[in-house]
Amino acid sequence: MMKPWIRRFTGVIGTIISVVFLLYIYEKIGLSPKSILQTTFLALTPLLLAALGETINEKGGLVNIGLEGILLITAVLGVYFAEITHSGWYGLILGALLGGFIGFIFGVISVYGKADQIVVGIGLNLFALGFVQFFMMAVWAMPGIRIPPKEVIIPPTTISGFRISLITIVSIMLAPIIHYLINKTKFGLWLRAAGEAPESLDAAGVSVEKIRITGATIGGLLTGLGGAYMSLAWFGGVVKEITAGRGFIALAIMVASGLRPLYALLFSFIFGFAEATAIAISLTPGVKEVVPYHLILMIPYIVTLATVSIFMGRARFPKALGIPYRRE
Amino acid sequence: MALRLAGELRENVRRISVSLLISLGVFLIGLSIGAVLMVIFGYNPLKAYRSLFYGALLGRGGLAESISISIPLMLSGLTFAISARAGLFNIGAEGQIYLGAIGAVIAGAYLLLPFPLHLIVTTLFAMLLGVAWSLGPALLKAYRGVNEVIATIMFNWIATYLAMYLVLNVLYDPQRAERTVTVLPTARYPQLVEYSSLTTAIFAALLLCIVFYLILFKTKIGYELRVYGSNPDAAKYSGISSKKVVLYSFILGGMAAGLAGGLLITGRPPTFALYGTLGNVSGYGFDGIGVALIGRNHPIGIILSAFLIALLRNGGRYMEFQAGVYSELVRAIIGIIVIALAIPEIYEMVARYIRIRRARRMVEQ
Repeated sequence: MMKPWIRRFTGVIGTIISVVFLLYIYEKIGLSPKSILQTTFLALTPLLLAALGETINEKGGLVNIGLEGILLITAVLGVYFAEITHSGWYGLILGALLGGFIGFIFGVISVYGKADQIVVGIGLNLFALGFVQFFMMAVWAMPGIRIPPKEVIIPPTTISGFRISLITIVSIMLAPIIHYLINKTKFGLWLRAAGEAPESLDAAGVSVEKIRITGATIGGLLTGLGGAYMSLAWFGGVVKEITAGRGFIALAIMVASGLRPLYALLFSFIFGFAEATAIAISLTPGVKEVVPYHLILMIPYIVTLATVSIFMGRARFPKALGIPYRRE
Repeated sequence: MALRLAGELRENVRRISVSLLISLGVFLIGLSIGAVLMVIFGYNPLKAYRSLFYGALLGRGGLAESISISIPLMLSGLTFAISARAGLFNIGAEGQIYLGAIGAVIAGAYLLLPFPLHLIVTTLFAMLLGVAWSLGPALLKAYRGVNEVIATIMFNWIATYLAMYLVLNVLYDPQRAERTVTVLPTARYPQLVEYSSLTTAIFAALLLCIVFYLILFKTKIGYELRVYGSNPDAAKYSGISSKKVVLYSFILGGMAAGLAGGLLITGRPPTFALYGTLGNVSGYGFDGIGVALIGRNHPIGIILSAFLIALLRNGGRYMEFQAGVYSELVRAIIGIIVIALAIPEIYEMVARYIRIRRARRMVEQ
């Protein structure tokens, strides 16, 4: 038997060893390890933010599969907010607030409307897909694409030669902070109670409804930050396909991590790495001609499926997850 | 005896009319919120909806075109509905439609068979590929416990790129590389109405709706699906295997979605080919979720709700042309409808209203 503290780190150690090994192979076939790592950090940010947001959401007992829709709406409207305020940072903040507002609406519908949360999430995704295209046409008279002026784009900063976005650093720091919030604070205790045993929280005189809605709002806020980050701090513009399933990959991260924020960070890194690999292969001359472009684009989704099916059995979810709370 | 039958009949009529009322009410909620969005962005909703419904019903080929669009919608609606009846969320119709379309192109363009036989073989092959694509998420769900929402969405994305790859690299037309070779005339559904894309494919779709109705309500499998969907624990105690329920509901769903993809290629003139953008087959899978929910996951209700959504989709083009409102707003409206349908409190409000009205009428009498 391995010592428990070693076992806790096998995931991290295994990931580091495989990444180093893969980077070594990538260098041999002509891909740049540094640029792949830089892209990994760019790509993991929205995944991590949405997965952390959903972790808070689900700890409180609500399942929001509308992450994809929130990412899409905030990616598009983040650009709009940045343009009208002439500031990328305002765009980012307003995008996050809009995400929080959508999360709040989702929370109210789920808690007070006692709605089927999965169906609401599906509806939210459908709505987002139609709404953003309508919005882009109504406001910019452009079907499904918008490149804002350069001054509202937030470029990555360079730290000792390594290009990384400030928002990435913030979101990585959020993982331990949210771990602390969930496990060590009073709010975290209430949140977990709302997900595990809402009737006991109710008996203690705390409103299950308010706690769940707060969780959903924080979840939406983080997801919205991820959405606005994508268009303003990563791609420097927005197309209607910008999310490309990232909301669902974030769900997969949340599921595979078993609602543990630090594991969410690890899995986000793995998925970011998979995406960076796909991007690097499709861009590097000498490599991109060998492998068909469309098959490379499948990589992140295949990695997601494989990871979820390996880690699925271990996850444990709150008892009252997805069940509307009815007072006796 | 006759009295009891009459009572049952009255009860059924009442239940069905309440269902219809709720579906129509929620449909109107969706349209109203769509109107609010139009006002916010400076459009005239009355003009927009007038052109939408005028176009969808009375425009050139309008009604026939709307019925034609309802074909893939009712089938992808069946995909969602059959799994929803079993308590599962199969949102993989989109990807299964792409695979069905690929299957129709392969069998329809490369096989050489006489007319009715070729059509039948092509249709069956499309369904087969749809089923094959639904098996992935089904097996992951049944044997690894992978959440079916995540699995089906990942399979949708993989299907998107697989289909694009096959269209642009393998099945492309040497003269027009942006699309596949066209399906041979022997594998095409005969046209029903001139100057429209309505073909006899509608009969294949209606037939499958009836088959699904019979499976769901008249067979043991259908019974097990419904029991599992309404109470999984009770189903397990009575010996219903969850693996079997997952596999059957996904296989049936894959059949319907595969057929939808096949009919979009072989039953919708004038293209008879699949484009590299997948533009002529995309979106139907997701809209089918709205169709299923408005049709209350009932195979016959779905025929009606598919027509409603098809009206919106078809009329959306007229709305865009005449009132300048981008047709994608229709999808946002469908999203609102789905959200509204998820909220049971809305029904309870409607039910309360009906009860109060009835009580008041009795008092007045």
